Amino acid sequence: MLSRVADGLYWMSRYFERSNHCSRVLEANFNLMLNPGKLSTGKRWQNIIGHLGLGAEAAEIEPPAAILKLTSDTSLRSSIVSCITSARENASQVREQISSEMWERLNQLYHEVVQTTAVMNLDTDVQRLFTAVREGSYKFVGVTDASMNHGEAWQFIQLGKYMERTLALPLLLDAIFSEAEGADDLDWVGLLSSCSAFEAYCKVYTADLKPEFVAEFLLLNPEFPYTARYSAEKMHAALDAIGRASSARKAAQIERIAGRLHSSLAYAQIADIMSRDFHRFLRSIIEQCHNLHSVVHETYVDYPIETAFEA
Amino acid sequence: MIAEHGIPAPFSKYEIGTAYDEMFRANGRPRPHYRALYAKLQSSPAEELSRSKQEADLSFFNQGITFTVYGKKEGTERIFPHDLLPRIIPAAEWEVIERGLTQRITALNLFLKDIYNERKILKDGVVPGEIIYTCKHFRRQMRGVKVPRDVYVSVCGTDLIRLPDGSFVVLEDNLRVPSGVSYMLTSRKVMKQAFPILFRKCGVRPIEQYSQALLSTLRSLAPDGRQTIVLLTPGVYNSAYFEHAYLARQMGIELVEGRDLVVHDNMVYMRTTSGLQRVDIIYRRVDDDFLDPLAFRKDSELGAAGLFNVYRAGNVVLANALGTGVADDKAIYAYVPKLIQYYLGETPVLNNVETFLMTNPSERQHVCDNLEKYVVKAVGESGGYGMLIGPHSSAEQRAEFRARIMEQPRNYIAQPTLALSTAPCFTEDGRIEPRHVDLRPYVLFGEKVTIVPGGLTRVALRKGSLVVNSSQGGGSKDTWVLQN
Repeated sequence: MLSRVADGLYWMSRYFERSNHCSRVLEANFNLMLNPGKLSTGKRWQNIIGHLGLGAEAAEIEPPAAILKLTSDTSLRSSIVSCITSARENASQVREQISSEMWERLNQLYHEVVQTTAVMNLDTDVQRLFTAVREGSYKFVGVTDASMNHGEAWQFIQLGKYMERTLALPLLLDAIFSEAEGADDLDWVGLLSSCSAFEAYCKVYTADLKPEFVAEFLLLNPEFPYTARYSAEKMHAALDAIGRASSARKAAQIERIAGRLHSSLAYAQIADIMSRDFHRFLRSIIEQCHNLHSVVHETYVDYPIETAFEA
Repeated sequence: MIAEHGIPAPFSKYEIGTAYDEMFRANGRPRPHYRALYAKLQSSPAEELSRSKQEADLSFFNQGITFTVYGKKEGTERIFPHDLLPRIIPAAEWEVIERGLTQRITALNLFLKDIYNERKILKDGVVPGEIIYTCKHFRRQMRGVKVPRDVYVSVCGTDLIRLPDGSFVVLEDNLRVPSGVSYMLTSRKVMKQAFPILFRKCGVRPIEQYSQALLSTLRSLAPDGRQTIVLLTPGVYNSAYFEHAYLARQMGIELVEGRDLVVHDNMVYMRTTSGLQRVDIIYRRVDDDFLDPLAFRKDSELGAAGLFNVYRAGNVVLANALGTGVADDKAIYAYVPKLIQYYLGETPVLNNVETFLMTNPSERQHVCDNLEKYVVKAVGESGGYGMLIGPHSSAEQRAEFRARIMEQPRNYIAQPTLALSTAPCFTEDGRIEPRHVDLRPYVLFGEKVTIVPGGLTRVALRKGSLVVNSSQGGGSKDTWVLQN
């Protein structure tokens, strides 16, 4: 497969997943805000919108303005509308690689999001936007699985999706656990909903909401598709399949990094993690992801021509 | 007018002018091959047609067959206008078109081979050498370059128009990188959904095999055993990008951009996740000028540096070959009937439109004195740019063109204003009215000539307009070639 195409599929998938993450987190918090006394829960809320891309601005901005910005500001790279636009731009560059059905679903969602966010009313449109993104994402993911060869191209899409998830979750956990003081049940429900995980959590722990349980579930559960462990495992599998399909020269190095990340989550215990420096543990996952991303890029996309003739 | 013809609703506003009408005879009776459509339209309420039209438009929109409207607020993507009613061509007429196009592309390929090699036609004085060497699409670099099978033009889109007497003539040969075939294919798919029963009743010949035919044509140009074919696109910002992606997907070949290609040791490779892979055939949708910054335009980033040398060494096939634009120059066009006679010893099956060369002093004088009667075209342009339509022009515009012609006579030709034939169209306000149309069939030339029975019928959507180019307010409609 063309290197540029692999890169396009990967980024299409990452941006798509990013828009979904942003939408899920905002939807969960938007619901929280409707409860008395929860309009702006101070530092924790600032951390959350900070990790979604508002950065330093997070401290000053009013919650309604923050939501507007994160959903519909086209000049903010991480807003929902920007992420969907970037996903579509990448998809349009690899249109002959994805199925027409995938393109049509993504294109439909794009037009819907652009229209909804063009003039946004917090009362009426925000919930509609979240729903559109959620439903659009189910359709797109479903049609991706159903209408495409599960070959190298599909694996790059998986890689992008799970890379984004493995990166986004530690950032979100960090945002919340660094200001966990005073968090009540509703806040933990909010966190789980941000990962569409509330019902799945209850099946394992019942509705008993303890911070350690929540952290354990979201980081280490091997069966739920938004957890860090599950995502790392899928990422590992995708890279393994890509390595086999392309007989790349540096596949062994990739295998080592992806395998280590996967094992660090598969063999971890939440008590160990929480008793030490939780923040550092989360940072180390993020760093391993960044490292993996660079090595994958150097191996499959942007390799020097000289190395290609050595074989 | 209306009462004279007495055509009943929904055609009560249908005015038959002096142009040939595809559907109606002058007496207001439908032609035999249009009877089924005529009956369908009479029995369908306007709302039903409007609904079909909306569904068709939505389908184009969702498939992303759109272009971006610049200078307006975001979200302004528009579909290329598409008319709901098919243009129908009976089998006997198509047979003539097919024969004429085959003859024409055969002669044009022989001409290209000749002028880049022996130049017999110039020595024999049939075409003046000056007109070749002054053509901006003539590529000196191509002299003596061996072209596989001597096929210079493997994909061609010829624009035909129908004169008031009912005969088809050639308006333009597009021999460089003709586009539009994806509209032909996607609009067929939509039309089959809109009119399934009518479609079946008419006995329409299929065109869906175009992509396979294109692939075999490209394959037939390959050196033995080497079969890696790619489609080279200028990229996502090109207005025909949809078509490039569409064709690559339909053929199952890689869609590459210049930045994916690497030239090394006189071979061309593409950069893949498994390393560099050699490329054998490039179906290029990038103009000559931009293919290789070392050989042509130095500022181009759309091609690959060194590609021309690889080509000259015979290590890669380009389709179309380089330098084919010299044969669709509008001044050379005037000589095509003579080329057919010269190379094939045959009379042209499809005629040209009468064309005046501004390099000829007496023709120039005549045209400049009567500009309001002529259409003046710049020879190297396409897409309806650089044109003066005499009858619709102001005195000021005419004066400007007169000056331009005098200054650069080689750059212009003139043709009489032609009444393109009209075909029924479903208008914005839900009526059926005649609009002017042309026809662009696609001709493939490899081991043999293949013409899928159909083409792009372009339509001037504004009432009375003769300009069918999509960049200037034109649209398209499906073309149905009948079985018998």
